[in-house]
Amino acid sequence: MTRCARGRRRFASLLLVMGAAVLGAGCGERAADVTVVRFWAMGREGEIVTALLPEFERTHPGIRVDVQQLPWTAAHEKLLTAFAGDATPDLCQLGNTWIPEFVALGALQPLDASIARSSVDPHDFFAGIWDTNVVGGQVYGVPWYVDTRLLFYRRDILDAAGISAPPVSWSEWLHALAAVQAHAPPGRYAILLPMNEVEPLLALALSQDDPLLRDGGRYGNFRSAGFRRALTFYVDMFRRGYAPPITASQLGNVWSEFGRGTFAFYISGPWNIGEFQRRLPAAVQNAWATAALPGPSGPGTSTAGGSSLVLFRASPVKDAAWQLVEYLSRPDIERRFHAQTGDLPPRRSAWNDPALASDVYARAFRDQLERVKPAPTVPEWERITDEMQLVAERAARGEWSVDEAVRELDARTDRILEKRRWMLARGARD
Amino acid sequence: MRPTRVAWWFVGPALCVIGVFFVVPVAAALVMSLTDFDIYALADWRNLRIVGLSNYVELLQRPLFWRALGNTVYFVAVGVPLSLAASLGAALLLNSPLARFQPFFRTALFAPVVTTVVAVAVIWRYLLGTRYGFINYALGAIGIAPVDWLGDPHFAMPAIILFAVWKNFGYNMIILLAGLQAIPRELYEAARIDGASSLAQFRYVTLPVLTPILTIVAILTVAGYFQLFAEPYVMTQGGPLQSTVSVLYFMYEEGFKWWNLGNASAVAFLLFLLIFAVTLLQMRQARRSGVWQ
Amino acid sequence: MRARPAAFAVNAMLLGASAFAVFPLLWMLAASFMAPGEASTYPPPLVPAHATLANYRELFAQTGMGRYLANSVLLAVAATTLSLVFNVMAGYAFAKLRFTGRDRIFKLMLGALVIPGQVAMVPLFLLLKHMGLVNTYGGVIVPALASIFGIFLVRQYALSIPDDLLEAARIDGATEWRIFRSVVVPLLKPIIVTLAVFTLLGTWNDFMWPLIVLTDRNLYTLPVALASLAREHVQDNELMMAGSVLTTVPVLCVFLALQRYYLQGLMMGSVKG
Repeated sequence: MTRCARGRRRFASLLLVMGAAVLGAGCGERAADVTVVRFWAMGREGEIVTALLPEFERTHPGIRVDVQQLPWTAAHEKLLTAFAGDATPDLCQLGNTWIPEFVALGALQPLDASIARSSVDPHDFFAGIWDTNVVGGQVYGVPWYVDTRLLFYRRDILDAAGISAPPVSWSEWLHALAAVQAHAPPGRYAILLPMNEVEPLLALALSQDDPLLRDGGRYGNFRSAGFRRALTFYVDMFRRGYAPPITASQLGNVWSEFGRGTFAFYISGPWNIGEFQRRLPAAVQNAWATAALPGPSGPGTSTAGGSSLVLFRASPVKDAAWQLVEYLSRPDIERRFHAQTGDLPPRRSAWNDPALASDVYARAFRDQLERVKPAPTVPEWERITDEMQLVAERAARGEWSVDEAVRELDARTDRILEKRRWMLARGARD
Repeated sequence: MRPTRVAWWFVGPALCVIGVFFVVPVAAALVMSLTDFDIYALADWRNLRIVGLSNYVELLQRPLFWRALGNTVYFVAVGVPLSLAASLGAALLLNSPLARFQPFFRTALFAPVVTTVVAVAVIWRYLLGTRYGFINYALGAIGIAPVDWLGDPHFAMPAIILFAVWKNFGYNMIILLAGLQAIPRELYEAARIDGASSLAQFRYVTLPVLTPILTIVAILTVAGYFQLFAEPYVMTQGGPLQSTVSVLYFMYEEGFKWWNLGNASAVAFLLFLLIFAVTLLQMRQARRSGVWQ
Repeated sequence: MRARPAAFAVNAMLLGASAFAVFPLLWMLAASFMAPGEASTYPPPLVPAHATLANYRELFAQTGMGRYLANSVLLAVAATTLSLVFNVMAGYAFAKLRFTGRDRIFKLMLGALVIPGQVAMVPLFLLLKHMGLVNTYGGVIVPALASIFGIFLVRQYALSIPDDLLEAARIDGATEWRIFRSVVVPLLKPIIVTLAVFTLLGTWNDFMWPLIVLTDRNLYTLPVALASLAREHVQDNELMMAGSVLTTVPVLCVFLALQRYYLQGLMMGSVKG
């Protein structure tokens, strides 16, 4: 029995040691003399940027970069959770519509001083894009790439339906959709508008003159005539059967379906230039093209999206992280990055690059970038777009009329903005 | 046996953990539900407001809350009887003296319980796929048109119910099996000698002995099913058209997606009150019908 | 004589039910060996045309599943062993030791079983933040160190330990610790194994709490990584299946090896309770 007892004591002490080790482990690693910069990146950019890092680590000995990739669908949640749990990374790729939110939380580090001392030239960037990073007179992010939404379409399907040029106005667009749908065999559609994506509707709404929020971002303005028009146009595409009422994941593989001609039009962003070139079969490679979004009476406005590189205030290694930002903002590095992702550079000078200037697909984006409008810069914008998507889905499925939908959306938006109104009334900064 | 102080050393650690990591947070949640604690308040304490019961009042006026409640009640009302029927049926089959390879069948039927929800939800999401999923293929073989299980708001919750029943029926099956095995064979023999058919044997021998256990199992299953979360989270993300948003999923979104912690805590407490009320009702019903002490 | 068709019916139904239960798991296994894209063909295939390990290779090479597997193993084993210590001691004490308020506390704890765990999640997260445990292994393990259900199971079983045995040891002058170590624990072995299997399965499969607490990808457990992977790689079904296999097979093996204890424990707990 004594042997058992000793054995048990050893076991117990082993347990305690293990317990202590486990509790202590995972609390962050720091090898001697090496600064680790934690970098969170989303989507395709996260995959590509990893390839650019070995050179950075070589030229900056003593800094190691730990890249964590997040899917876009979970990124916003994860960032908020990280903020709440004091576990934010050092450096992050942040969608520019989220910058006001994180600035309001006091999570981001102002970058004016660092930019002034560095080689990053604010004037080289598209003014509208740079402005999305400025809150309260201070700069919080360096634009990494710009993003907007425009038309991808199958030229051959349009040709077969008798449409020789991509549509420029909404009426031309409806005409093209009708023609393509008439020619389409059953199971095929004219346009894909995944119901889980809000950007197409947002782009249509931004083409209108009426702002989406009123009163300094205190109330929703979805009851305006402009948004009604945009929502009606959007919903009509489902009601007339041009677009299938499905989500992206229900479709399966968007790229192969585009290749199969399941739909002729698709509203998407620049990353798909690279993806289509990679994934579509050779037979279809010359059959697709890009075009600017049609607007109500002529070429339309689109979303001024994109991502910036931001530093978190709580980071203990801000200098090293800033060095990475500088590195990624170098023109030659950016060129390589954009070439591989298909993303578009936020600098005007980069657009003169022969590779980009000769890219037939990017031309439409350059054109569209002249007509982009930013989303309202309120911290609650992410939540409001969420509600937009939910309400639009119901309207598209025919559950609500456009009238009911816009009233509901306004009601929900007003409720979401209630706290903002209270804080503004108390004298908080806008 | 004399009371000992040493006893506190035995229970101390566990009680400490439960106290600090369960009781305190629950109490804090109650307090939080009376404020509008949100991400602004996390950033700066001065942005916090005490709002009393207005979180609860607002919640009861939000259509999405009622929708979530409706979805959850639907899930419980259909899922629990289905699950119990499956568990009871499987237990009866396993208990039958005619059954062979009992251990093998028992293991096979219990296997889904052991798996992790995430892994099997991925499989089921695929099996329920509209074009390439097996279920539609099998339905097609008997002449039924393909169903858009995860995309059609009318079919998404039934798909989740089917999935949940598949995943969980083995658990109750084991418990009911234990209950069945406790019934002495002589009772069945006696009934058979007296000329009772299988059905009569079931009604007069099995059911009376099984009813207490069945009641407990039912109560626990109902309470468990009210806490539906993982399946909608992995399979449908609450969609399509929020037809699979359960109360806990709604709480998760409020709390961890948008960080409206005051609201989320209020939802959690409302759910707790609901489960508590339903459980009490069930227990009172059981006691009244003489099933229990 | 009438037994033959009846026996056939019973066994056929059992076979059918088992097929229903096991088919998705078998299909998961089959699909994990299929070539990328093969699963999304019509009619849906039951077996791979040419079995390939490509998915598993990609899983370990590209997505780093090896790391997540290690995390899951580490966390499950650590949580199980540590929580066993806490729960067994407490369960025995509630059964056999006397202290003030013993029965009242126990009843309260049973009542607390009704409270859904998710009520506590948000404040617990904030509490762990203040303790610096967010995004660490500790944050996952520490709340699981003691569980009311575990204490209940142990207590029910420990009630059956004969009091005379304990009294005799006390009269002999043994301390409570000595009695616990030498007399009680060997007697509790069956329920300890049951509880160990229960806790192991529970922690391995736990998904919601690690999802919330862990932000650093290196610390993810398999279910969390799989959930994240499932959202990213919506198209790569075969890769997902390989990931599911990796997440499911270890627990299935543990279950198959120890199912006797696990099922016995469930059945015992239910009949006694």
